[in-house]
This record gives sequence, structure tokens and C-alpha cells, in this order.
Amino acid sequence: MSSLQLLQTSVGRKLLTGITGILLTLFLVAHLAGNLTLFAPDGGVAFNLYADFLHNLGPILIIFEIVLIVLFLLHAYIGISIYRGRKKARPENYTYYKSQGGPSKQDFASKTMIYTGLVILLFVVLHVLHFKYNFFIPHETTTLEGREMIDLAYHVEKAFLNPWITIAYSVVMVLIGLHLKHGVWSAFISLGAGNPKLTALLYTIGIIVAILLAAGFLIIPIYIFLNGGL
Amino acid sequence: MSTHENMTLHLKIWRQNGPDSKGHFEDHTMDEVNPHMSFLEMLDLLNERLMQNGKQPIEFDHDCREGICGSCNLVINGIPHGPEMRTAACQLHMRKFNDGETVTIEPWRAKAFPIIKDLVVDRDAFDRIQAAGGFVSTRTGSMVDANAIPISKEAADKSMDYAVCIGCGACVAACPNSSASLFTGAKIAQFAKLPQGAPERKRRVVAMVEQMEKEGFGDCSNYAECEAVCPVGISISAIAEMRKEYVKALF
Repeated sequence: MSSLQLLQTSVGRKLLTGITGILLTLFLVAHLAGNLTLFAPDGGVAFNLYADFLHNLGPILIIFEIVLIVLFLLHAYIGISIYRGRKKARPENYTYYKSQGGPSKQDFASKTMIYTGLVILLFVVLHVLHFKYNFFIPHETTTLEGREMIDLAYHVEKAFLNPWITIAYSVVMVLIGLHLKHGVWSAFISLGAGNPKLTALLYTIGIIVAILLAAGFLIIPIYIFLNGGL
Repeated sequence: MSTHENMTLHLKIWRQNGPDSKGHFEDHTMDEVNPHMSFLEMLDLLNERLMQNGKQPIEFDHDCREGICGSCNLVINGIPHGPEMRTAACQLHMRKFNDGETVTIEPWRAKAFPIIKDLVVDRDAFDRIQAAGGFVSTRTGSMVDANAIPISKEAADKSMDYAVCIGCGACVAACPNSSASLFTGAKIAQFAKLPQGAPERKRRVVAMVEQMEKEGFGDCSNYAECEAVCPVGISISAIAEMRKEYVKALF
């Protein structure tokens, strides 16, 4: 079998899920780092300049966007197909089913991966429409360093002064944290972290990554809402 | 938890005439259950009573009854091999249950393990995965000297951690996706750790994964429920080892 065919078996699909998952998590880290420039005490100037820098990357930005879309869709497609395969592999379900506990990683987070994943998929579409294409709010510009640019900081501030948007975003950030709680650990195992002594440590690392990312993304809407602005 | 007094149990047992017939739960109240009986001995007693009353005994798989053959395959109260960790159903004792408790018994449920009758399922799918690559090709003739190939104690121990798999199928039964990854992973990992397994490693992992797929087992989602129910305690790292071997086969 060719390498491409090998990637389509159950183990191949899992390798792809793990790789795409880790790359998407790294994207979240970069995204969060950029977002946190909102907290620079300059009324959003650093954030706007960072956004402007990204917009001016030209073809590099487009390549990055295409890669991100491919990663995201591949990850979602495989996840959905794994979920759909369950019914086929067990047409008649148990009447009584219980987790043994102990080393089992079956919990609320792992059992809801498909649902948290689908919510994240929907969220990402709305989020891009919201902040990239200004679908829901009027376009505001500002002039910094002699250049006219989108006043993204103002867009963010305006969005999170709205209680409904703040609540919706906060809920999704918690769901992303839940998805990562199982996802990060799962990616390690999918990519061959085979030392049995390390599995507990890897699971803990996954939880820490999930909490840090979710908390980081949560701070922004909650702070703006409670503070009444940046 | 009773220790000496005989117990009464309310059993809900899956009965099914054949692979294509519709199954149902049958209720049996078992009194005079000695707490020191094994779970299978309790079923023997039930069957004896059924036969005395001219009824069909309940079919269930068993052989060694000492936890090494991998024949027993009962989902007891929703958990493959029952509530006791690292214990096959044959080694589970009735003292782990309470007097008056309702106990449900179901067969392994997976498309790749079709039910033959009652609690007996067909696990030939495992044999076919094994036959696809779970072996080492050697020259025939006189046996090789025991220590002709030096193997470190560490490598031998790691290999043994996976080689202890008894092929019972509890991993598949417990997996929400009905994946056979722990079984297949263990059978691959036991060779991956030894020099004898090296020459055929790429062919082995590809062939066994392909066969696992063909049999209709589901995908793995790293729930690690398999590790929790495995009667010999094989770690989910077996699955990670399988993926590591698979990556090697990619290049």
C-alpha cells in the first residue's frame, strides 16, 4: 500500500487527527498570544498594529489561512466519520453499560468530543464572519503610524459589551477547554507516546493545556464585559 | 458484602437462539449461592437447575477457569468481566456481590463478534488478525539456542507486558467504538520490542491493521476503557506502540 492509502486506515486516520489536532492547538496558542496584546495599556494600539501586521502579510497570510482551513476540515471530517462508525461497529447496543473507572479516560469531556467539536465548528464560522468579515458590526477604522487600518480593538470591545455575545463566547471557550482536555492527551497517544509510565503525566499535561487556553480566551470577554470596556 | 452466608441473586441473562434471531433478557432468581463460588460456577449451578426442570441451559464460553485462556466473555452489570479490575469472569467470586442484588449478564457486543447462542460469541476475527502478521517467520530445522540472540531484560519485560494478552476481547466489548486496537496493538507491540520482530515489522503492522479494519471493528478514540477492563492489565501504550510502528511503515 502507498503512504496515502496507509493514511486512510483506522490507524492512519488517528495519526491525521492527532497531527491536525496538535497543529490547531498550536494555532490557538498563537491566537491567544495575539489576543492578549489587548491588555497592553495603550487603548488597543498594540492589538490593532498586530492585526494590521497580519493583514499586510499578503500571500503568506493566504497560505496560512488555506492550511488552517484544511487542517480544521480534515480534523472535523475524520472526527465525524469516527463517530458515525460506532453504530456500524456495534449495531445492537448494550442494555447495561458502565465504565470500569480506574485508568479509563471515559468522562464528560471524552464522551462529548463530537458535540463540543460540532459546536466549535459552527463557532469558528460565526467567529470569522464576526471579526474577519465584520458581518454583524459596522466597519470602524483608525489611523495609527500614519496608516488607516481596521479598529479591531474597538470591534472586540463593542462585541463584549453585549451580554449575549459575552455569554455565548464564554460558553464556547469552556467547550474548547473540554475538547482539549481529552484531545491533547489523545493526540499524544495517537502519535505513539508509548511509555506506560508517561501516560498519567501526558494526561495531566493535557488538562493543564486545556485550562490555560480556555482561561486565556475567557479572560478577554469577561474582563471587557465586567470592566465596561478595555 | 457477604462472606459466609449463602446469597440470593436476581439474574437478568441474555438469551438468543442464533446469530440472526432476536434476543431477550430472561430473569432467574438464584438462591443458595455460595459466596466462594466463582461466577462461572454460579452459572453452572443455574444450568444444573434449569436442566433438572427440563429447560435449555444457558450457553456460555469457558475453558481453563484460571484466567489464562481468554474464553470467558460475560458483560456483568455493564462491565466486561464484571466489577473486579484485572480479573477475568472465571476468577470473579460471588462474594463481590451483595445478597439480593440484581446482576445483568450480556454477551460481548460488536459486529465483528457475532453472537452464536446466548452468551457465546464468535471471536474468529481475532484469529484472522493474528494470522495476518502476528508471528515471526523463521527457518525450520533444529531449534535456535536459547540465548543465541542477546536481549536485554528490559526489552524482554516490555515485550512480555504485551505478550500476556489472552485474546479474550474484553477491550472490544468495553470500547464505546468497538475498536480492537488494544488487542491488535498488544500483538504488534510484543514483537516490536524484540530483535526477532524487527525484519518483518512494517509488513506486520500494515497487514494486521488492514485485517482489523476488514473485520469491521471501530476506530479508537483513546478512551482507555480497554485498559480498565483488560483482565491482564495491558496498558493503552500498546495502541501507541502500534501507531509508532505504523509511522515507521509510512516511510
